Amino acid sequence: MIDIQLLHTPLQTESCIAHVEDAEAGGIAVFIGTVRRKTQQKTVVRLEFEGYEPMAIAEMRKIAAKTVEKYGVIRFSMHHRVGILYPSEVAVVIAVSTAHRAASFEACRYAIDTLKETVPIWKKEVFEDGSVWVAAHP
Amino acid sequence: MKILAFGIAREIIGSAMIEIQLAENATVTDLKFLLMNQYPRLNQLNSLLIAVNMEYAQPHQILQDCDEIALIPPVSGG
Repeated sequence: MIDIQLLHTPLQTESCIAHVEDAEAGGIAVFIGTVRRKTQQKTVVRLEFEGYEPMAIAEMRKIAAKTVEKYGVIRFSMHHRVGILYPSEVAVVIAVSTAHRAASFEACRYAIDTLKETVPIWKKEVFEDGSVWVAAHP
Repeated sequence: MKILAFGIAREIIGSAMIEIQLAENATVTDLKFLLMNQYPRLNQLNSLLIAVNMEYAQPHQILQDCDEIALIPPVSGG
């Protein structure tokens, strides 16, 4: 019912969707997080993601359990990528199925918002003239 | 006691793993105090959390030699 993966290879959106298909579901919502080329008017050359991998997976599992409980999710899939990513590449995919559509949108949003707060994964933005760890400093 | 470091904390410390001597019954707060003295740039971070055995730890939690301890600077996944 719950599919959590932290991968060093390109993510397969279709595999997340396939995982959440269910005859009891009335809808599937999918969030795909991609690498944006511009941040604060600067051009991003690449992002370097790293994770405290076993803990990241444990925290992703907690989010899955909480999302299922809170929104009555039928099936849940969350894949995150680590390593070097270039603009337009996919960093995270979340797919959920629920009986009715409203819950699927809310569940997807809750899962990505919580991931950004609690999962020990870090990204460094590399520009043409330097680099910065996202959110590290005030 | 071995401490794992990630992201900007790893860069500030200059290593993904360091060995630290802590007094018996030292807490998470004691460890942070020691590290922030030793590596002042850690003070400039938005936050610095400690994970013990892959769970976010409370400030008063006592550290054991056998624990897996990690420095968690502000996360930025997604």
